[in-house]
This record gives sequence, C-alpha cells and structure tokens, in this order.
Amino acid sequence: MIDEEQIQHIAGLVKIKLTDSDVKKYQKQLGSILDYVDHLKKAKIQGIEPYEDLIGSKNVFREDKSLTFDPETNPRLLKEVPEKYDRFIKTKNPLQ
Amino acid sequence: MELNTLTIKQANQGLKNGDFSSEELVKSCLKIIKSKNSKINAFITILEKQSLQQAKKVDAKKSFKKNILAGIPIAIKDNILVKDIPCTAGSKILEKYKATYDATVIKKLKQAGAVLIGKTNMDEFAMGSSNETSYFGPVKNPHSLNCVPGGSSGGSAAAVASQMCLGSLGSDTGGSVRQPASFCGVVGFKPTYGLVSRYGLIATASSLDQIGPLAQTAEGAKIILDAIKGYDTLDSTSIKKSFLLPQSNIKNLKGVKIGIPKEYFQRGLDFQIKSIIMKKIDDLAKQGAIIKEVSLPHTEYALAVYYIIMPAEISANLARYDGIKYGLSSFKKSKHLLDVYLDSRSQGLGEEVKRRIMLGAYSLSAGHKEDYYLRAQKVRSLIKRDFTKVFESGLDCLITPTTPTTAFSLGDKIDDPLAMYLSDICTASVNLAGLPAISLPVGKVKNLPAGLQIIGNYLEDDKILQIAKIIP
Repeated sequence: MIDEEQIQHIAGLVKIKLTDSDVKKYQKQLGSILDYVDHLKKAKIQGIEPYEDLIGSKNVFREDKSLTFDPETNPRLLKEVPEKYDRFIKTKNPLQ
Repeated sequence: MELNTLTIKQANQGLKNGDFSSEELVKSCLKIIKSKNSKINAFITILEKQSLQQAKKVDAKKSFKKNILAGIPIAIKDNILVKDIPCTAGSKILEKYKATYDATVIKKLKQAGAVLIGKTNMDEFAMGSSNETSYFGPVKNPHSLNCVPGGSSGGSAAAVASQMCLGSLGSDTGGSVRQPASFCGVVGFKPTYGLVSRYGLIATASSLDQIGPLAQTAEGAKIILDAIKGYDTLDSTSIKKSFLLPQSNIKNLKGVKIGIPKEYFQRGLDFQIKSIIMKKIDDLAKQGAIIKEVSLPHTEYALAVYYIIMPAEISANLARYDGIKYGLSSFKKSKHLLDVYLDSRSQGLGEEVKRRIMLGAYSLSAGHKEDYYLRAQKVRSLIKRDFTKVFESGLDCLITPTTPTTAFSLGDKIDDPLAMYLSDICTASVNLAGLPAISLPVGKVKNLPAGLQIIGNYLEDDKILQIAKIIP
C-alpha cells in the first residue's frame, strides 16, 4: 500500500502541489490501481526480455550541422513564451 | 438529401458531377455544428471562416477531380497542431496556446485539399475513456445526451456521428479512436504503430500513440488513412516505405481465416453485445469465412501492463509543461523557479492528468522500477508473442467486441478511475503489440451502438480495411 509520505514524495518529484485532501484522495486512488496491477506478479516472466517494437527501431540521427530554421516559425514560437527578453526565454534564478 | 449526411465517396462523386459545390457541402456541416454543438460539445474551435475560404479555393480549382478528399469537411482532434489555430489538448494549461506549425498529417490533409472544419473536444491530453476529463466540458453522446461518447477522441466520434463533418482524425493510445467510435456508432481505425507520422501530435504515451481516422464507413476511414500515412523523417518511429506491404485484394469473405480469441468473450462482456457479435460471426461463416477459436493467454494482463507503461511515458512526456516555454504560466506571480513549476502545473493540469503523472513517476521511481515498469515491459513481450503466434498460424484477422458495454451514463465512472480504466479492456492489447485494428458499428443495445473490432497482423492495415469494407 502506498502511504501519504510516498504520495508527497512523488508529487514533489513531478512538481505538483497537493492539498491535504488531495493527498488522501490520491493515496486511495493510486492504491487501488496499484492493487489491480499487482496481479502481474502471477505472470511467468523468467527469461523474457522487455518489449522492443516490431521493426527494431533504432535512434534516428541527422547530420551534425546547423540548419537554417524557418524564419517564420521563430517569432511564432517566441510569441508563445510567457516571459522573454529580446529573443531569449526568461526563467528565474535556479540557484535562489 | 442533406449534404452533410453523405459519405466521403458520395460527396466526392457529387462534387465531380457538379451536383453541389464544396462551399455548399461545408455550409451544410457548419449549419449542423451551429444547431447541435451547444448540446453535444464536440468542437472546441470551429473554423468557419477558414473552412469556407478553403472550400471556395477547391471549387475554383476543381481539385476534387484529382483528389478524393478535396473539398471534404474533416474535423481534427485538438491534440493535433494546425498552424496558427489554438491547440488545447483539452487542457487548461494550453487554453491560450496557438500551434506554431502544421503536424505532418495536417500538411498532408491540406495538400489533399481537405477542408479543416474545426478542432474537436477530447479528454485532457487524451487521458480518459469518457471525454469527461476535458477542461472544456464533456462531450455528449449523439445517441443519448445522458451518455458519454467514449474517449479520448470523444469529440471526433460525436462530430462524425452527428454528421457535423464527413470524417475526422483522432489519436489512439489504448483505444481512444476505437472505443468512442464504438460508443457513437461510427467507424474508427487505429493504424499499425509507425504507419502515420506523429510529428505535431501532442504526445501522451509515445510507445502507444497513433493517429487514426474516423468516418461513417470503412471506405471513408481508408480514404483518410491513405492521405495521412507514410514515412516521415520528423518522427523517429515512422516506418520506412520498404517495410510497407503491397495493397491487399480481398473481394469476398470466401476462405478468409478469422480467429476468435476466447479471452475477449468472457466475464464482463454484456450478453447482448456478445450475442450481436456472435451473430455477426455466424453471418461471416455463412459467407464462406473460416472461423477458428484461438487463445491469447496473456490477455488477462494487458490492462495492468497498459496502466503501468502508459502513465510512465506520460510522466516523462508531460514534464515539458513547466510554465516557462509556453502555456499557462504563473511566472509573474511566483517568487522562485520551483514555484513557477509547482503553480503553473498545479493550476493548469486536471485531476486525471495529475493522477497519471504521479502513477507513472511512482512506477519508475527507485525501488519500484523492477516491480512495475520492467515487469510490465516483459509481460508486454508476452502479449506481443501471443499475437505473433496466432497470426503465424495463417489467420487473416481476429474479431472481438470493441468494448464490453455500450456507452455508460455521464458521471457514472468519473470518481472511480479503475472502473473507467476497464473500458479499455478490449482495445489496449492492440496498442501494446503495435497492431492495426478497426471498430465497426454492428447493431444497437437499447438504442446505443455496439462495436465489432477487427484486429490485423502487423502492417496488414489494408487487409483489415478490405475485410471491414465487405462485412455486411
């Protein structure tokens, strides 16, 4: 069973703020889902490799050289940025 | 006859004959959208001006002579980017976001001359089986307004079912095209993993997501699929052309080998749906199909595997919504960087999304990864192996119900995530194994549609579409 402390810990990892009542609710709901998936323990997986997709996908690489970016897309992307300085995305000081 | 009730093929014929213009066709769809959307809530954005402009362009060029989709009104699930048009993924965090480029499927539809009539409502970030997790309110089932349309492509299915468009695009992660198609009584197709580019699809769970078409007929679904499929360098999971199989040519059911996986007909399946499907299978046998009972022994684990792998991928994919680059942001109100993350995500993401992000992070976290994530990936191999084995025995396809029940009432399952998750029990295995599958409407139980699912072997998309077309 997942406890309240674990719920708080996970919420911290994924950067989600929870109220006390959220913690209780998620503890119950995640608990029941984890109980359900527990029956996977019955499956015989000895010697079985984890899934890989059927075409055996490999990483796709492109040539290591700079590409000219569509000049119209750039301002569009920047328009969506909540806070910017000139053509830079602004963030807050991560060391504070 | 109202133009919006035509199939894609009929509409193309009418355009070619000069019986009506694309503008008239689009106007007849817009008229229905205006009269019904306030009740059904299938659309988040209606592209009235743009769709009429595009229709006029097609009429002027008469491009429908060369391209069957030219001038045809198609609706797009709101997690697929259309340049300069809002793309919300059904979430508050993207409420004000405008797409900065076209998804590959949109580029292809535009090249084919299709008319994009609007963006359809959906469960938030495609997480849900009832369309009730949308920030923009639930979609209602056109067959009964008290019932859910299914999800997550609920808007795309309801729009086709209420004839607001002639076809639509959805995305299918664990059944999100097929289950709503089944609940709304339309055709929904999930292609082989990698057949359709996901560039410009807002990611849910990347090893499972696939864009797929919905339409009134299997033929309509195939027309849309043919327009959107193909290799794309911008999607690393896209399948190279050399892998594609030649088009299949099944003219009738004589000698077609159909497997019936017994695990899909066990407890939990509504007995009336069961009898509709069994009767259909009898009909197919009468027409010469060879019916064989088969077993997919690891089916019982599929949903558990799905509800470990899918949230794990979600927890990684949704880390990008941080209030810094785009979307809802608490930047101005927050003091520290951590507060920007915490406040933006907590305010912008809905309950189901948070639940899955946390579930995924838990199953991937230190001390649990072996027990949950790695175990699930191993069982996923077994599920894939089950399918490989039955198809190696020479079967052309498998037939199952699409869903164990018909559409349920709004509010019925929203507070019980596990009960909601069980709606995907007949569809999730297909995504886990990367296979193609289609849901066809085959009858009704108490006025609500039931769906039959045809599952095909890897890359045999065309074969199951052919079979679907000739099933009476």
